[in-house]
Amino acid sequence: MMRTKVLVVGGGPGGYVAAIRAGQLGMDTVLVEADRLGGNCLIRGCIPSKALIHAAGKFDDMRRAVGDGTIGITLREAPSIDLKRTMLWKQGIVDRLNGGVGVLLRKANVRVLEGWATFSDAKTCTVRTSEGEEIIRAEHVILANGSLPASLPGLAFGGPVISSTEALALDHVPERLLVIGAGYIGLELGTAFRKLGSEVTIVEARERILPNWDEPLTNPVRRWLERAGVILHLGATVEMVERSEAMAVARVRTEDGVTLPVTADQVLVTIGRRPLTQGWGLEAMAIDMAGPFVQIDECCRTSMRDVWAIGDLVGEPMLAHKASAQGEMVAELIGGARRQFDPVAIPAVCFTDPEIVSVGLSPEDASASSVSLIVTQFPFAANGRALSMEAGEGGEFVRVVARSDDHRLLGVQAVGAHVSELVGEFTLALEMGARLEDVAGTIHAHPTLTEAFHEATMKSLGRAIHI
Amino acid sequence: MGRFVFKLPDVGEGIAEAEVVGWHVAVGSAVAEDDPLVDIMTDKATVEIPSPRAGRVLAITGSPGDKIRIGAELIVLEVDNDEAASPRDEAASPGADVAPLAAPAIPTPAASTGPVQAVAKARRAPEPSTREKIEAPVAVTRPTGAKPLASPAVRRRAHELGVPLQFIPGTGPAGRIGHADLDAYIASGARPAVAASGPAGRARQERIEEIKIIGLRRRIAERMQESKRRIPHYSYVEELDVTTLEELRAHLNARHGADRPRLTLLPFLIRALVCAVPRFPQVNALFDDEAGIIRRHAALHIGIATQTPQGLMVPVVRHAEALDLWEVAAEISRLAAATRDGTAARDELSGSTLTITSLGPIGGIVTTPVINRPEVAIIGVNRIVERPVVRGGQIVIRKMMNLSSSFDHRVVDGWDAARFVQELKGLLEQPAMLFVE
Repeated sequence: MMRTKVLVVGGGPGGYVAAIRAGQLGMDTVLVEADRLGGNCLIRGCIPSKALIHAAGKFDDMRRAVGDGTIGITLREAPSIDLKRTMLWKQGIVDRLNGGVGVLLRKANVRVLEGWATFSDAKTCTVRTSEGEEIIRAEHVILANGSLPASLPGLAFGGPVISSTEALALDHVPERLLVIGAGYIGLELGTAFRKLGSEVTIVEARERILPNWDEPLTNPVRRWLERAGVILHLGATVEMVERSEAMAVARVRTEDGVTLPVTADQVLVTIGRRPLTQGWGLEAMAIDMAGPFVQIDECCRTSMRDVWAIGDLVGEPMLAHKASAQGEMVAELIGGARRQFDPVAIPAVCFTDPEIVSVGLSPEDASASSVSLIVTQFPFAANGRALSMEAGEGGEFVRVVARSDDHRLLGVQAVGAHVSELVGEFTLALEMGARLEDVAGTIHAHPTLTEAFHEATMKSLGRAIHI
Repeated sequence: MGRFVFKLPDVGEGIAEAEVVGWHVAVGSAVAEDDPLVDIMTDKATVEIPSPRAGRVLAITGSPGDKIRIGAELIVLEVDNDEAASPRDEAASPGADVAPLAAPAIPTPAASTGPVQAVAKARRAPEPSTREKIEAPVAVTRPTGAKPLASPAVRRRAHELGVPLQFIPGTGPAGRIGHADLDAYIASGARPAVAASGPAGRARQERIEEIKIIGLRRRIAERMQESKRRIPHYSYVEELDVTTLEELRAHLNARHGADRPRLTLLPFLIRALVCAVPRFPQVNALFDDEAGIIRRHAALHIGIATQTPQGLMVPVVRHAEALDLWEVAAEISRLAAATRDGTAARDELSGSTLTITSLGPIGGIVTTPVINRPEVAIIGVNRIVERPVVRGGQIVIRKMMNLSSSFDHRVVDGWDAARFVQELKGLLEQPAMLFVE
């Protein structure tokens, strides 16, 4: 039997960060991961999808330069893509990052055990490794088991019906792709495959795309989808899917009550993710649940003493950076520090075309609190850098939500090319408790997209220059 | 309503900044004209700054211990717009111009040694002031229900200290809580709740109380550090037989007990210094080590180290050479009382040329006194005890007392210091010599 001070289950962005920090603090730490280190984020999510999106964007740019290029660049013939090689390139990035995580864990003196952990009680688990079984008993257990793609009832994954995991490992571009669910994963992948040449149909049960984001923010994305010829069925449901080896025919019941057959080579189901709470002995640990998630307090403590849970397992938002922040905190708590999870805001990013970011309160959220607000938008159409990148003509903007009494920022949202790189500044402003005057009083470099944030706060104060 | 920005006035000592000792008001409190706002400490004195106007406090600058520049914004009051400012729509123009009616002036002595009460009510003296501009809206009160505004570092520190942020008044923009606000809250006596659980007795106590070293304590710390850092101290202890002196003291107190101040040992020691110093001018001197000059003083201004509730202070018996025993006794008790209740004037707390430190009955056997820089000597008085001593081959009971003295070895040689103490010993053991020219 192996004894350890800290046992981390799951090597994703929550688990491996917790393990590294625990190791740095000099605690005897074991990390158990059945798959490769890095978790969904690194292996099947954030990183591979960004690689695919990048490749798709490049390919699309070249395709649009065929014939009559808009900025004087023309290609004589259409580019071609070998998705197998694209995937190899993507895999190279994943491998490199995966190796990096391993090195970091080694440097922090964390023992990594490759295998599947099954708990027999809250502090004891059996790990099935390639070399046999190992029993581990730990003083502290950090559960970072993560989540899985949710499947549609009556439509199990298999054959042409795939989740984001398989979509990120396709070896050819499907001719026809049906995406069920217009959340951020469905739209990111749908957009990428459209750019790679697939005919894409998206079905969403709610009335609009990206239902978790407000409509003004999502409008530029919707316009792009429509212009790009993506077929959107909103307020629609998939009634049944007939599938054969290589293709599927879905019966989509539209908003108007009409049932349409949609034929597709691949059916990508992206209706959300569910926490991975089964198959590893959670039921033997006597831990309270909160709905489908593990219940935790503000320190990520579960109902069982010295058992902690972080990341997707404990609830929304299911984001890598939230998991990492929780993991780092839990390691310090075990190390004896006084900590609590109290971020002002957790940023969310959607890598569609254009990108969307949101941090803090949207105008809708904020108005619920009966505080009087100043909400201001600054269009990228008035930002030189955006225009110089062909990124200011689609109705993109930065939006600032502030209290009108003391001018403190409550939220910042943006939609536009590369806005994911602006969200750090937005979040910092919220965490530091910035007022509109603080941002307006900060010189923002010209020519950059960040000027739009600056101008939005200036506009809120009634003194915008460039609008 | 208008906003009135009050800047730290020049408190008249040619200084650039002053330290906040303590606020009498908090954000949100109502103040009347002339109400004390804040105590400010300069190098020489603590001054109470009164409010020039009535109003409600919107913002204050600086926590106890912070240094504030002369002319920096000290406090923002919400005041009635009357004769001062023209009517304006506050909402439409949040960046309001405000003209203070008057700025207070602190009574300024003509010379820096002038008699100024250490804590003095300042008079208002109207004078024209430039128009102040303040940033728009300074809402430092937190709207009810709003989460406290603080940076991640401040939030984390507060949490580590067990201080709930919602109780801390934020003095930053939009009521933002900064590190200084947290420090001030803790300094104000709000006790961190860390590890407060569990009964006392043998329970392990993990609480660490952080006390900010400010005000007088900081000044003491700086001066002690400076003295020990710069001065190579040389300490010398000698034993004195004070039996005869004590008999004389008892006799004088019995005879004049009704009509004159009671004599302690100190007036006799001072008398002995008066007698000895002319022969040892090197000990009654101030050493300006930066200029490389020793100033030997003919006058004997004796500093008396005195414990006060705030800490160590040194009131000064001036011109001891011109006072008799009872005048010295009266002056010592007057100064001690004034120092303890904080009414001692600035010049009563500075200007000594030689210092005595005496802990009376708890004086111990030996002390190693720290020289009151820039002086060059300090005389420490230890406890009087009856001890068996050998006199003429006989063991007799005598009242014995040690003198523990420190000298600045840079300018007072060990030989001279020893001879000086021996001189004091001779004078005090034969007290008649104190009164013989």
